[in-house]
Amino acid sequence: MARAPHPQEVHAPVWWWRARFRRPASPGDWVFQTIALLAALSLVGLLVAMTLYLLNAAWPAVTRFGLGFLTSSTWDPVQEVFGALPAVYGTLLTSAIAMLVAIPVSLGVAIFLAELAPPWLRAPASFLVEMLAAIPSVVLGLWGLFVMVPVIRDPVERWLGSSLGFLPLFQGPPFGVGFLAGGLILAIMALPIITAVARDTLAAVPSSQREAMLALGATRWEAISRAVLPYARSGIVAAGILGLGRALGETMAVTMVIGNGYQVTARLFAPGNTMASKIATEFNEASGDLYIGSLVELALVLFAITLMVNVVGRLLVRWTVAKARVGGQ
Amino acid sequence: MTTDMQVYLRRRTTSYLMVGLCGLATLVAVSILLLVVGYTLVKGIAFLNLDFVTQTAQPLGEPGGGIRHEIIGTLVLVALASVLGIPVGLLAGAYLSEFGGGRTGLVVRLVADVLTGVPSVVVGIFVYVLVVQPMGTFSALSGGVALAIIMLPVVARTTEEMMRLVPATYREAALALGIPRWRMIVSVVMPGAMVGIVTGSMLGIARIAGETAPLIFTALGNRFGFAGLGQPIAAMPLQIWRYAVSAYDTWHQQAWAASFLLVMLVLVISITVRWLTSRRYH
Repeated sequence: MARAPHPQEVHAPVWWWRARFRRPASPGDWVFQTIALLAALSLVGLLVAMTLYLLNAAWPAVTRFGLGFLTSSTWDPVQEVFGALPAVYGTLLTSAIAMLVAIPVSLGVAIFLAELAPPWLRAPASFLVEMLAAIPSVVLGLWGLFVMVPVIRDPVERWLGSSLGFLPLFQGPPFGVGFLAGGLILAIMALPIITAVARDTLAAVPSSQREAMLALGATRWEAISRAVLPYARSGIVAAGILGLGRALGETMAVTMVIGNGYQVTARLFAPGNTMASKIATEFNEASGDLYIGSLVELALVLFAITLMVNVVGRLLVRWTVAKARVGGQ
Repeated sequence: MTTDMQVYLRRRTTSYLMVGLCGLATLVAVSILLLVVGYTLVKGIAFLNLDFVTQTAQPLGEPGGGIRHEIIGTLVLVALASVLGIPVGLLAGAYLSEFGGGRTGLVVRLVADVLTGVPSVVVGIFVYVLVVQPMGTFSALSGGVALAIIMLPVVARTTEEMMRLVPATYREAALALGIPRWRMIVSVVMPGAMVGIVTGSMLGIARIAGETAPLIFTALGNRFGFAGLGQPIAAMPLQIWRYAVSAYDTWHQQAWAASFLLVMLVLVISITVRWLTSRRYH
């Protein structure tokens, strides 16, 4: 997609118009601007409404369990005792696995696309990687369940168990479905967004940086690793953060391959749950304010975490792009 | 002398090695896509026939059966979401592009970006609390609302970016003719950005067509066909999920076949978007 022009460049005329036509020249202007403003503010309204409605529906659970909700591991619908620790743990563990796998690979892809690929290959390869983001989550889950999980069970987990079995991480029976499978499917889902953001930041690095390094006699990789990557550092961090945001909230594919367990364990082969998958699996069977409230509170916690992660990521992207533009001039 | 040569060789080898690894990473990423799409095609085509698209589901154990209800359901849901989401997204995008230079614009832009990152499962729960609980029933309407919320920020941000690409000279020429600003926006800027606006809407549709998680708590699914907007409604992604986690081979086959249709839909939309944007802006 074509890059958007610099905000100031675009909005210079807008500012000028605003000063010029402070009083609307026609009632139509006032009407149109007001309607457009309302539409824009509806986005803000949505965010506020989401917070309030979720908080309201989660209130029975919030008042009943307090902070203990996040530290307890019991999830007992019969006794109506709910603790979210295993789900929070599952979300963090699978996302960590996803980031460990996806960040190096995405960075490699981004470097290849921005720096190394011959021009004729750039557009089609970028398109193919972006297409990975377009595959519906449920289809990826289907593929994960029937193609990836058997492969993980037999060669991967059996091999890890026999060669690295002294680590607690790789102990226990190889189920196939579990934290490891969930983390890997999340890695696939986070890969396109990390790649896209990192590629754009790398492409925004002024060519003078590269050329200066190459002129000193650096090899291609030295120019990338010592000039381009440090220059784009904050953008790459932002890419990772946005990828993390994606991984934390992904639901269907993870639900299908994580195996629906509920435990806090270091064993990666064990079945687990994430906050999102717990909600997806149980919400329709939940009854009673407390049970529903607990699941809504899970959604609220997930909402809060992804909100923070995304705000930080987006602000960092903006800051990086602004910095790269200043540096380029 | 020799050491210099060695250092040089080592640096050159490292460079080749790392460049090679980057290429390998790209190869891996592209192969995953080809594996997923290829598997869906091969597995899906094996079960796909005309009956699958036109028939309704058979009881377990009977041969044949199709996903007509699910296809209709997905079409209804996507149409509903588009009707609710696209106009608002369009206007919000117009605001950001034409009046969004100030602080309000900055905030709305950030909020739109952040909304794109809100997990769809959270949107589903929100709409459950907002629409399903007060209505007292799962419904097509609530499913459409959930999908519209997911689609809205995508449409708004793409529309904004595309309207910004319309050159300032066009706007100035229009204003110089003495027409009010809103006419300039509606008759000059929007037509100029039409391809981009269509693109944004299509991206939004591609994003929601395969959404499953929010539909679990809103549209619910319905084995008996479309029964009005106030009733639960079937959807392809929901059925793929239910078939996939079932224990029956025939249902698994149907999940693959339905996935094939869904992937085709999304791929066709994405490739069309690509084609439209490349023709216009490169």
